[in-house]
Amino acid sequence: MDLIADHISHRFGALDVLDDVSFQVAAGEIVAIVGPSGCGKSTLLSILGGLLRPSKGAAELRGAPPAGSLNPLTFVFQDFALLPWNTVEENVAFPLLHTGLSVGERRAVIDDALRRTGLSDFRAAYPKQLSGGMRQRVGIARALAVRPAILLMDEPLSALDSQTRELLMEDFVRLLADGAMGAVYVTHNLEEAVRLADRVVVLSRRPGRIREIVTIPMTRAERGTADARGRMAALQGELWSLIRTEAIDAEREVQHA
Amino acid sequence: MLDRSPQEAKDRSAEATRPVAFRGAGFTPGGSRSAGWIALALVIAVWQLAGSAGWVNPLFLPAPSAIAVAITKLAMSGALWQHLSWSIMRIGTGWIIGTAAGVIVGFAIGLSTMARGVGITFISALFPIPKIALLPLLILWLGIGEEPKIATIALGVFFSTAISVYSGVDAVPRNLIRMAQSFNVPFHAIVRRVIWPGALPSILAGFRITASVALLLVVSAEMIGAQYGIGAFVLQAGNLMQTDQLLAGVVILSLFGLAVGKLINLLETRLLHWR
Repeated sequence: MDLIADHISHRFGALDVLDDVSFQVAAGEIVAIVGPSGCGKSTLLSILGGLLRPSKGAAELRGAPPAGSLNPLTFVFQDFALLPWNTVEENVAFPLLHTGLSVGERRAVIDDALRRTGLSDFRAAYPKQLSGGMRQRVGIARALAVRPAILLMDEPLSALDSQTRELLMEDFVRLLADGAMGAVYVTHNLEEAVRLADRVVVLSRRPGRIREIVTIPMTRAERGTADARGRMAALQGELWSLIRTEAIDAEREVQHA
Repeated sequence: MLDRSPQEAKDRSAEATRPVAFRGAGFTPGGSRSAGWIALALVIAVWQLAGSAGWVNPLFLPAPSAIAVAITKLAMSGALWQHLSWSIMRIGTGWIIGTAAGVIVGFAIGLSTMARGVGITFISALFPIPKIALLPLLILWLGIGEEPKIATIALGVFFSTAISVYSGVDAVPRNLIRMAQSFNVPFHAIVRRVIWPGALPSILAGFRITASVALLLVVSAEMIGAQYGIGAFVLQAGNLMQTDQLLAGVVILSLFGLAVGKLINLLETRLLHWR
């Protein structure tokens, strides 16, 4: 199933946030969205996921979702968005409660999602008892439970410390390695974008327009090797050169706001 | 290669060391239950001493022992239960009606734009009115039976409950609602599984306030027009200058308030264990 951003523009009151953004995410493809602060990355993701109606243009799907997918477009949130009154298991079960799955099917799906994210031993814990990284793992397990076609990830690592980020990035690489799921990965971290994405959509400063769509000229498997580090650093540098000036302007704008 | 070494011991050959001064004391008050009980016991002891030594006129301030005797006599005669049961019936009925209406209206205001527009205007206009002032009007409308007293309590409870419920609904993190929407969770399930538990801390805090409001209003209403009830008993004792009986009624009210507070604590412990 493909996800298409078709000439999307959006404004909040008098503020133009996005202007004529178009790109496609093919089945199994990982597309990162980067850009200076306030360029509308998260707004774009909300529009793509159907949580926000765009002022102009549309988010569209092409093709059927994979068999058994209960929620083809599934978010992984920056702040985890876990229900604090529910245990890990209940949080993962939450999106399954109204899907028509039997209790047995639900249990199997939950067990599988918890196993894939290394949470099987923490199923009875409450979110407040977990570290930030573990909380985000619960968010990922919850997303995996509905077998999405495309994960919509809104800066999923930005609230975490650098060591936890590294560990979770390894998890993302592993979970997305088989190409069964695509992803739109919003981030301000160019290293994450280069490491994970097949293509990187670079947005301009507000109103966010597509400045460039960069294809990462390496397979995901190649990026795990020691030889690839230099090339990845060079790609990161190229991406940074694309947004550096605007990032500085955006930061000054935020400081003056 | 990393240059690695184990932890370093203090170099004892160098200049003498001094400890870093601790500057982090204070600003972390802790609760001490025993201190509270000791202080209370001390006040009662001084009060008893003042009464026994004849320092205060028992007509104006009877000793704690005299109040205890009055409570025992009330309990033995059955009058305590008679008055208390009337008050509990009025508080219970009024509180349940006011709370049910307040929860419904509070949720409507929290979830519907139209209800919010209309509801907040009415609540803002009517909330500041002391509800006891409406008792004469309610007697005119509902007669001189139990209805106007219960209605006064229900009105007092309703406004505070509605406010605490819609404030609680407003305080539910929007990201949780968006998360549920992103999984296509139906509206009723979002209300039940996200908004209700998210608003519960504020709702229970509201219960604590409405329990006090109900107690205040039942005593006031019973003082205005009732034969039985703790309020009526206190007023009657005051009129007859039976200050030991009067203070017995006040102590019973205090104990009743404490019991309700404990009940709400228990409810919070059970329902908000995740906090």
